[in-house]
Amino acid sequence: MDQGKPRHWLAVALQLGATGGLAALLICLVGMVEEFSKRYIIVDVLEMGQALLLLILIATGYMTARRLADRPAREQLLASAVSGLVPAVMLFALVLLIEPLNMRSIFLNASPGLVEILTFGQTGVAALVLMAAAGATQALAGGVVPHLSSRTRAPLVKAIAWVGLTGLLADILRVTFTNIPGAIFVLGWMFGRGSGKGLSIPGVVVVFGLVAYATYRRQRRPAGAPGLRSRLDGRKARLVNLGLWTAAAVVLYLLPKLLGPYLSEVTNSVGLFVLMGLGLNIVVGFAGLLDLGYVAFYAIGAYVVAVLTSTAVGNEAGQIVWGPGMSFWLALMIAVLMSVLAGIILGVPVLNMRGDYLAIVTLGFGEIIRILAGSDFLKPYIGGSQGIVQVGVGRIGGLVVFDKPQTVFYVVVAACAAAGFISWRLRDSRMGRTWKALREDEDVAQAMGIHLVSTKLLAFATGAAFAGLSGALFASKIGSVYPHSFKLLVSINVLSLIIVGGMGSLPGVFIGALALVGLPELLREFSEYRLLMYGALLIVMMLTRPEGLRPEATRRRELHESTGPEAQAPPAGMAAPGEASAGD
Amino acid sequence: MLRRFLERATLTDVFMWFVGGSIVTLVVVGSYLTLRQGVYTSRHWFDFLVFGLAQGSVYALIALGYTLVYGILRMINFAHSEVFMSGAYIGFFVITAMNQSGFLDDNPLVSLSALFLVAMITSVVIAVLLERIAYRPLRQSPRLVPLITAIGASFFLQEAFRTMFGSASKGYPDVDVLHGSWTLTGEFIIQKIQVLVIVAGALMMFLLYLFVMRTKTGKAMRAVSEDKDVAALMGIDVDAIIVRTFVIGAALAGAAGVLYSLMFRQINAYIGFIPGIKAFTAAVLGGIGNIPGAMLGGLFLGIFESVGPILFLDGLGVAAPYQLKDVIAFTMLVLVLIFRPTGILGERLATTKA
Amino acid sequence: MTTSVLSARKVTKRFGGLVAVDQLDLEIADNAIHAVIGPNGSGKTTLFNCITGFYRPEGGEILFQGHHLERFTSDRITRLGIARTYQNIRLFSNLTALENILIGEHPHLKAGMFSAVFRLPATVKEEELALVEARRLLGYVGLTGKGDLLAKNLAYGDMRRLEIGRALASRPAMLLLDEPTAGMNPQETREMTGFIRRLRDDLGITILLIEHQMRVVMGISEKVTVLDYGQKIAEGTPSEIQNNPMVIEAYLGKGSASAVLREAAASAR
Repeated sequence: MDQGKPRHWLAVALQLGATGGLAALLICLVGMVEEFSKRYIIVDVLEMGQALLLLILIATGYMTARRLADRPAREQLLASAVSGLVPAVMLFALVLLIEPLNMRSIFLNASPGLVEILTFGQTGVAALVLMAAAGATQALAGGVVPHLSSRTRAPLVKAIAWVGLTGLLADILRVTFTNIPGAIFVLGWMFGRGSGKGLSIPGVVVVFGLVAYATYRRQRRPAGAPGLRSRLDGRKARLVNLGLWTAAAVVLYLLPKLLGPYLSEVTNSVGLFVLMGLGLNIVVGFAGLLDLGYVAFYAIGAYVVAVLTSTAVGNEAGQIVWGPGMSFWLALMIAVLMSVLAGIILGVPVLNMRGDYLAIVTLGFGEIIRILAGSDFLKPYIGGSQGIVQVGVGRIGGLVVFDKPQTVFYVVVAACAAAGFISWRLRDSRMGRTWKALREDEDVAQAMGIHLVSTKLLAFATGAAFAGLSGALFASKIGSVYPHSFKLLVSINVLSLIIVGGMGSLPGVFIGALALVGLPELLREFSEYRLLMYGALLIVMMLTRPEGLRPEATRRRELHESTGPEAQAPPAGMAAPGEASAGD
Repeated sequence: MLRRFLERATLTDVFMWFVGGSIVTLVVVGSYLTLRQGVYTSRHWFDFLVFGLAQGSVYALIALGYTLVYGILRMINFAHSEVFMSGAYIGFFVITAMNQSGFLDDNPLVSLSALFLVAMITSVVIAVLLERIAYRPLRQSPRLVPLITAIGASFFLQEAFRTMFGSASKGYPDVDVLHGSWTLTGEFIIQKIQVLVIVAGALMMFLLYLFVMRTKTGKAMRAVSEDKDVAALMGIDVDAIIVRTFVIGAALAGAAGVLYSLMFRQINAYIGFIPGIKAFTAAVLGGIGNIPGAMLGGLFLGIFESVGPILFLDGLGVAAPYQLKDVIAFTMLVLVLIFRPTGILGERLATTKA
Repeated sequence: MTTSVLSARKVTKRFGGLVAVDQLDLEIADNAIHAVIGPNGSGKTTLFNCITGFYRPEGGEILFQGHHLERFTSDRITRLGIARTYQNIRLFSNLTALENILIGEHPHLKAGMFSAVFRLPATVKEEELALVEARRLLGYVGLTGKGDLLAKNLAYGDMRRLEIGRALASRPAMLLLDEPTAGMNPQETREMTGFIRRLRDDLGITILLIEHQMRVVMGISEKVTVLDYGQKIAEGTPSEIQNNPMVIEAYLGKGSASAVLREAAASAR
């Protein structure tokens, strides 16, 4: 399709500009621009809605320049600028037509507020000129990026990203600093006054400068140079390690006190998804089995704990007929066991299925569990659509009760640590290799002597165990379970976060959870558009970076600092590798 | 032969046969009990049957989209459910406008035709955009990638429609011409709208069949689904054929959207999800890639789902069996994929190992 | 009289109406280098697939050390001591060369999930030894230093070598090589040929290979079996095969003469 006569730069610019314009129109009409405009990234200078449009325009310009990479720079830049004009014109057309066509009756978000934002408060020709200028310059900025040397590009991009992030999270940071004695006085001036105000200009400068400098310095270090830690040896290394672990433990202990109840709660939610993410990471990331019904195990863990620990037992409304009211910890263990069992039982039917079929069938299983959970048929036992209430909480002796977010925090962290540890050990083990072989090529894996049935079932079982654990903690944390908490949305949520983070990568799970669960929790504006953004993210990631943000292969090359003892030289007569291989 | 089979049978096979057997037993026993109790008259069963046929026609039309795309690209177009929904949704705006202006009552035939046209065009546009933006760049990627993209596209479209047009359900207005029912012999009543759905569905399926079997494009489509590379060598423009396949599948889905909306009246951005999965079940049931299979699968599934809950579960004393109708459909999907993955009519899906 | 390590009798494999392998008899002598040749579509790879458990033959039997391979799945067959490479190279692309070989060692390792998580000393030892062995094999096939490259990033020739290394990792008694010199230039072909001979000499492995290049076949094989349309049309030493008119006809012509010759071959069996 891209062969043949090279296209005129104008055609490319117009086409890409139209795509960018469509994207811009979309985010306007779904209401994101207006909704996001309530929060500032840089106080009184840049708000989130504008930032979003800015991103689209920069991306459009960037893509145009990339598509025309073989043309002279002047042409590229011109094309970029033009590609920014198209969205501007399209948006102006929208502004013009909103009133006469009474668009608001159909498109609920085509409101005067939106118009105000798009036109920078101007009308008529002034608006058009302003919008066109804005579009062209922003796209041009995007078109400049490929021309920057890689040495400047990375620090620039990272610094901007961090400015954006800190600006978005300004509220949370300010609250956290208030809890650390003294910090607010030192750092308070970096943020605007009031909530939703983002970074102040000095704050922008500081963040930008720090990140840019750090990235620049990191780049200049020669590749493969050993890090600080590996230069130490034996006793010294062990001492340093011990020191680091102790410091981490202290920080983790103090963290809930610093964060306060709201942020601790957010961290707990993130933690539960990290737990599920680690589990699904084994099923999808290691073993390559696309399980879309993962929420079923989460539900089973939650319901088992609920039934076993609930005190709302009896024959009245809102009660279940059988419930032993046992201790939470015992119920937790049973819940994990039941999830493992479920993993095996639900894994058996899909042993011979591949790819698409596996996905749909597992999705079906997830839905079956959800429907059964809410059905009248099972209502006496598991509460039907009204769920189960008065779920038990964990206790230690009579002293420590895990019922507040700050205390639940420790349980969640412990669970995540355990799951992370297990995943880490498995990843580098024979089992981990076996799963990866399964993922790469199932038939050849079998031909390597791998027993497919047990391998797949173990993957399902382990993943289910983590999900069950997460569900059990979820039930206790909330204090009740309702069937509507276990929709397909949850499975997609978990899938999205491991894809964004990088399938098979452990740090990727953390990054994905922070981005896709943490951010929407922290920024209320995102919650309305959560699924929309997940969907868009999945598409964009698959099209641009299917290995994720923090893929596993990188880890290998990063951590590999020294090769082990080399094998003996190849037998005489066999040419050395470099000499005779064709086409290197 | 039996000996060979027993040699190969593993523990998992035994487990599955046990599960399958239990389900079949439950179904048979439940049906027997229900019929013996005689709570439902033949008029009831007729109602269920007709309802199932109408719903099945909708499933069949959507299933054809799945099966056509799978035949050509070997991928499940997970977002096809949203192609269906988009037609229904945009159709809502059209029919509301026509209703308010009175055009609908004055010229029902023209109105309905326009409605179908707009819905089908909308669905086609969405499908073509999907193919261009999300699927075409990933044709060479490992199978997991386009599947995930399709899932993402599905959710994206659902949410885009919801946030653009509002979360509230939209109601299709009552169409005078389709109001009411006809009485057949004795007490058997059939609703006019059901007749429309069944007849329109059958007509479109028949036209599609003719198209695929007789026209040049249809033959090219079949060639591409046999072997993409060889078809290209024969001079067929594979990209164009792929687009055309999406178009046809989408048109059928858009029409199905209108029929669904006229029948059920309340629509929202999520109406695609469950019917989409059911339609896929139907396509698999009939044999994925098999066009008559998709049609029969759809009709069968519709009837099974309508008659099943009452027939199987009522006798067993299950409360509110209709809540579990989706469970029945999903269970059927699983059983078919395990015991007869090639479907009832069989399909040409090869699973060569090396 | 050499013993047969593999005995295939009347093996038949059908795909719908097409008979890919037709009542094939094959005896592979112990420690031999045995080549299977024939025009495209003659059933060579299908035969390999039947031997290694990828396909189940409709008829016949395949005996290896007393076991009936035609009933087994491929994992069991590998554990019995048969390994193979593939015509189209099927490495685990997104894993490193070292990992590919480590997976090859799977049948000889024992560690399970529990021992992995708790890092039992026996498991740690086993992994260490496995790594040493993997590096050794890497060196043996001439890929020293490339262990941490992703398989998909290797040069073509290196990929072929890695596949052989991976196959050797399972310590097979018999190695099936499917067109090991495909896509190689004469120099590389010579090296590969020498390497195959060394495999047999050093390790005592029986080698069964599918080949297209006559040079290779004539150079190293002791016995050659010729297939056409799924049937055996000739068998013997390389020089016998070279002068066999039926073989020449099979490669050159699909005319009526071939049909006559095939019938003659069939009645001669």
